[in-house]
Amino acid sequence: MPILPVILWTDALVYLLVATVAGFVWYVRRHEHLRAPWWRVAQTPAAMSALVVLTVFILIGLLDSLHFRLALPAAPAPQADRAASRDVAYAVEVKSALDLLLSPIADKPERTYSAPLATHAYAKETVESQDVDGKPGKQVRAYPRLRYGGAHLQDPQRDWRADVLLSAFRGMALALPLWLLLSLVLVAACTPAERVASRDFWHAVWRGKTVVPWRAILITLALLLLVAVPMALLAARYHVLGTDKVGLDVLYQSLKSVRTALVIGTLTTLVMLPFSVLLGIMAGYLRGLVDDLIQYFYTTLNSIPAVLLIAAAVLALQVYIETHPDLFPTAAQRADFRLLWLCIILGITSWTGLCRLLRAEALKLRELEYVQAAQAFGVSEWRIMLRHILPNVMHIVLISVVMDFSGLVLAEAVLSYVGVGVDPSMISFGTMINAARLEMGREPMVWWSLASAFVFMLALVLAANLFADAVRDAFDPRVRVGGRKLRFAVGR
Amino acid sequence: MNALLEIKDLKTWLDSSGGTVRAIDGISLELARGETFAIVGESGCGKSMTALSLLRLLPEAGQVVGGSVLLGGEDLLRLPEAAMRGVRGRRIAMIFQEPATSLNPVLTVGMQIAEVLQRHTALRGEAARKRMLELLDAVGIPDPGRRLDEYSFQLSGGLKQRVMIAVALAAGPDLLIADEPTTALDVTIQAQVLELLRELQRRKGMAILLITHDLGVVAQMAHKVAVMYAGQIIEVAAREQFFRAPLHPYSRKLFQALPGSERRGGDLAVIRGQVPPLTTEFRGCRFAERCDSAWERCHAEAPELTAASDAHLVRCHLYQQTEGEGKRAEQTLPGAARVHAESDIGDSSQSGAALLSIRELKVHFSIRKGLLKRTVGQVKAVDGMSFDIASGRTLALVGESGCGKTTAGKAILQLIRPSAGTVRFEGRELTRLRGRALRERRADFQLIFQDPYASLNPRMRVADILAEGMKALVLADTPAQRAARMDRMLAQVGLNAEAKRRYPHEFSGGQRQRIAIARALAVSPKLIVCDEPTSALDVSVQAQILNLLKQLQRDFGLAYLFITHNIAVVEYLAHEVAVMYLGRIVERGTVDEVLRTPRHPYTQALLSAVPTLDQAGERRIIRLKGELPSPANPPSGCHFHPRCPQAMAECKLKYPDAVRLGGSHEVSCLLYAAS
Amino acid sequence: MYAYIVRRVIYAFFILIGVNLITFALFFKVNTPDDVARLQLGVKWVTPEAIAKWKADRGYDKPLVYNEAAAGRHKFTDTIYFEKSVEMFRFNFGRADDGRDIAYEISTRMWPSLALALPVFLVGLALQITFALMMAFFRATYIDFWGVVLCVVMMSISGLFYIIGGQYLISKLWNLVPISGYATGFDALKFLLLPVAVGVIGGVGSGARWYRTIFLEEVGKDYVRTARAKGLSEVVVFFRHVLRNAMIPILTGAVVAIPLLFMGSLVAESFFGIPGLGSYTIEAIQAQDFAVVRSMVFIGSVLYILGLLLTDISYTLVDPRVRFE
Repeated sequence: MPILPVILWTDALVYLLVATVAGFVWYVRRHEHLRAPWWRVAQTPAAMSALVVLTVFILIGLLDSLHFRLALPAAPAPQADRAASRDVAYAVEVKSALDLLLSPIADKPERTYSAPLATHAYAKETVESQDVDGKPGKQVRAYPRLRYGGAHLQDPQRDWRADVLLSAFRGMALALPLWLLLSLVLVAACTPAERVASRDFWHAVWRGKTVVPWRAILITLALLLLVAVPMALLAARYHVLGTDKVGLDVLYQSLKSVRTALVIGTLTTLVMLPFSVLLGIMAGYLRGLVDDLIQYFYTTLNSIPAVLLIAAAVLALQVYIETHPDLFPTAAQRADFRLLWLCIILGITSWTGLCRLLRAEALKLRELEYVQAAQAFGVSEWRIMLRHILPNVMHIVLISVVMDFSGLVLAEAVLSYVGVGVDPSMISFGTMINAARLEMGREPMVWWSLASAFVFMLALVLAANLFADAVRDAFDPRVRVGGRKLRFAVGR
Repeated sequence: MNALLEIKDLKTWLDSSGGTVRAIDGISLELARGETFAIVGESGCGKSMTALSLLRLLPEAGQVVGGSVLLGGEDLLRLPEAAMRGVRGRRIAMIFQEPATSLNPVLTVGMQIAEVLQRHTALRGEAARKRMLELLDAVGIPDPGRRLDEYSFQLSGGLKQRVMIAVALAAGPDLLIADEPTTALDVTIQAQVLELLRELQRRKGMAILLITHDLGVVAQMAHKVAVMYAGQIIEVAAREQFFRAPLHPYSRKLFQALPGSERRGGDLAVIRGQVPPLTTEFRGCRFAERCDSAWERCHAEAPELTAASDAHLVRCHLYQQTEGEGKRAEQTLPGAARVHAESDIGDSSQSGAALLSIRELKVHFSIRKGLLKRTVGQVKAVDGMSFDIASGRTLALVGESGCGKTTAGKAILQLIRPSAGTVRFEGRELTRLRGRALRERRADFQLIFQDPYASLNPRMRVADILAEGMKALVLADTPAQRAARMDRMLAQVGLNAEAKRRYPHEFSGGQRQRIAIARALAVSPKLIVCDEPTSALDVSVQAQILNLLKQLQRDFGLAYLFITHNIAVVEYLAHEVAVMYLGRIVERGTVDEVLRTPRHPYTQALLSAVPTLDQAGERRIIRLKGELPSPANPPSGCHFHPRCPQAMAECKLKYPDAVRLGGSHEVSCLLYAAS
Repeated sequence: MYAYIVRRVIYAFFILIGVNLITFALFFKVNTPDDVARLQLGVKWVTPEAIAKWKADRGYDKPLVYNEAAAGRHKFTDTIYFEKSVEMFRFNFGRADDGRDIAYEISTRMWPSLALALPVFLVGLALQITFALMMAFFRATYIDFWGVVLCVVMMSISGLFYIIGGQYLISKLWNLVPISGYATGFDALKFLLLPVAVGVIGGVGSGARWYRTIFLEEVGKDYVRTARAKGLSEVVVFFRHVLRNAMIPILTGAVVAIPLLFMGSLVAESFFGIPGLGSYTIEAIQAQDFAVVRSMVFIGSVLYILGLLLTDISYTLVDPRVRFE
């Protein structure tokens, strides 16, 4: 099918980020002293389990960052107009690879709410009942069948339970070989071949004695597969997590929210990173007037309450978008533009913390003797900052980037709730919660949107926090507690 | 003998990422009442761990895994924790190396002493306060009533350590453990504190377990000495015995590695290699790899600690009475270090044209205070100093911390701009040079720092570290030329060319200092300012660096401005000496003039305070009153007069001019003005 | 010391001017009053006359910073900058879009905000410190380990879920207290109970974990070893030595938040229907009432700067090292 690739602003930045990370990994691999702390991270079971979960989220996010417009089915054109008919018309709607992958669940909208795995709508509707003889009967209030959810069942009351259980079991059964295969591929990719072949190695894995905590990694992988594969099978015929007010599948929404969360969590820190690093180092190293000005600048910015500054800026942004509709041909582009600016504005409110940390560190470093040695060689100040200060504060930058991630993901939810978050048309955890909370008062409660947002967010943020903790422990010389063991560990 | 403390086969292990560290591997010793027992050793030999093991205050990664510690017959290691707390502070007290961090910053001095009294004695209220005043008085703190209500940061370093001692003595302990009690202090203050400890011991009859790396301190203080190496005691003897004839090859090497005037002509003995990591399993003698007298047996079999003569124990096969080997000791141990006949270090009379010439150099820092941050005063870090250095000569700038010697070094290199005065290098005035003109001259004068861990950027490879100066000063244009030059420099400082590709953390302290020296050498300087280049290093490593510096001076005709507080190093290395006090030079001249016949009362006091290996008692330590005043508010007249034992009335009035005493010997003191 | 504080006050004033300029730029340069008017009146069908009227009603029809037409000092005072921004320094905020006096609204609404935020702050701080103390005291044991795990899990849950969960459990399932609303006097208590509890629990995770690291950093210091060498028990060492030192950064760090308590909490107030400044702000944002948002930005900054000043002062009070410098 011919497609027209669309590169949204955030897509471009995401690609840039991926390229940067790849370059960083390549660089780190070649430098032993940079590799060492990462090696410590790799030995932390919690961090590696979290990394497995994060990888899944990142894959989802990346798939969702490949955007394009599908070609419309060619309209029958008159023969004479051959040249024109070669131009393919493209749909206005921008889709992503993830949308395509999820089209079996995304393109099956119900009319409105339906519970997870339901076959009938959640609320009674007035339907025309059919008499036994097939004549149109009177109007009754009943729970109508769903258009897609469980539509294959003849008699849902009788077959539903068996069908769902069977699918789930089939999924679990399928997960097992998949897990074995994935495990083998993963381990083989990371370990020398002769070790993988040895019995001792797998014995060590089983007992959790390997240096890289393979047991934890593989258990996490197994749990993920045990949940994901049955859900995938069930999703083909049901709305596994139900549908929302307009009948959109909640599982689909949850998966789409992942990209929004990732973009906010990563791009926000990255867009402002150059500024905070530059200003922080300059303030700390150059001191004097430069320091005073930079300090004044960030104290001023910092004293405006973050939420209000964001609100003010987003309101301004909204005005801009509404007064310039011509700049945004598609809704996706408009939403993306807003997302990008949200990242920038969030970045502006949150860079000061890192800047202050870097200033303090640069103040310390400038007194170090290797900096003085460089000064004694007449090395220029910019070069000293670049060669001596910057590499020695990078661990702080890294720690701050990973630590900020989860806070930003959580902030997005609150901001979207307040109404200054992402575009209302963009699917995110915040918009999901916001929409769902209006239904809190319903009896019985519509809980599944909230519950799935909760579970997905918790998984993402918890994994990010665990990973960030390990990174901080590995990189921050201050918090490292070398060789500390649990005092009550060995029944003493 | 009635032993107060008896340690038997004590073993302490530490968990680390590199495996189990056997920090203490079976040490035994006995300590009698009223005795001072010194444990000497270089860093990482396990001496501090021993102290912490006795008190059961090991870090969380550490654990005593065997042995016993008997205090008055009671095994401390078997006491329940609650009973052990009754021992700490009451029967065994401890003072630490760093008084600045060992006192709680937010509690007053009084509170920190009071809690010991509260814990271990029945004294409360007025009685407790009276006792605290007595204690502060006993440790020689003036105005104790006021000090009780002050915080530790309001006290000077010497006073802090006195407070620490008062805290330790509060409950009248039987044993005082002093872990490097004077290492962080200046030499005149060190003399005061050591004297205080000796006097307290005399009065109270307590035992002292002294832990130190300084053989001079041991000679002043100890009754008995134990030398530790790699987690074991390798030699135990009474002080006289030990200093007269150390037996273990390691102990002997330590003595030979000490710099001093008697070794001026020659190289210092060095111990090759490094202390083996304590994570390894040892089969033979732990010192065998580095020992000149080692033979096959040393590598195959670990020696026991056995008596070589009466009460002189040594852990060495040389002294073990197996047949045929008994005499080996005498044959294989080499005598004193070789003396270079051709060396020119000894002669001190003539000096060539001045390479560097300093006149009336001043560095003042403004103190700003108040609402508008107006300048309310000046810290006169360097306040008018003048001297010359000729090519190939070494001038030592000696003084205690805070006297401005480091600031002077930086001002000469134009890293801090002087407030006044002239700095002429080969006749060119440096203080007026700016930007490019200054940068072009920078290759001529370089510097080496104290801390080999902070002086190399951990994120740069050795090659980049060495290349930095060459690139900045555009010395060798092509990368190939640079690489060749780097190899030469590394070879010059005794490192392999292969070191280029590695990072600083892969090297030991001594090797790092070599890299730092190579970095300075790479731009072919004529003058190197050495700011305490060996004070962070162990004695055996210090010897290597001093040897290297001396050899480089011979080879390249370098001039050194050697900033140090270590008189022994000065005696060994320098041609001329300038003694600084509070920003000014009070006395200068050749090494012989100043160190043999010191004239200024401060120089005399300083030299008398340096602990030497000679038996104590013969020398009289000139005790200085008080401590170094603040350079922001120096005393009127002669800066030294408030502390000077020979001060006269007119000393308060005018700062004395320099007086030439003959030769190149100059002194700024009114005692000599008349003559 | 007084000179120091006076200098900080002057610095604070300069910062406030900076804030004022930034907000002015944001609200009048980035979006001109014309843009705002168009947005408020509906983008598509707006006429120039309607915009002009809208601006005139609100006093936005003047020049931004310099009035060519006016005379004398009115060249500067008869401008948007002077009337809308400089006037804020006198706490004169003008009127909201619904015509009410903003200053009056703020003065009445800050008390319910405080009634919610102050207990959350105090109880929360106490709970966080207690929890952190417990973990630090039992450091390197399973109590510590699982405590940290609990903290990480708790801080991984969005604050929205605490509110929703709390409302659902307590109000709906168990019918204990009202879901939302507010009353004055002692009746407020039953309305405040749930929001306070939710606020406290929501903050415990990150707070306790952060304070734990502060405690642990102190535990590793040399003076702690000295205290142990005196024979003091672990409890005394912990509470007399470690706690005292750790409380300095903890308390001075917390002080900065005290003035901001008046601002209330955006989310909690709107969820629980408490008529405080937080819900006032949210309503203004949702109604795109720029005058109110601008005023709240200014008030928020004033309070934050006040917090910075209090931090400076509290340092001089609590820390002897600063007190005697």
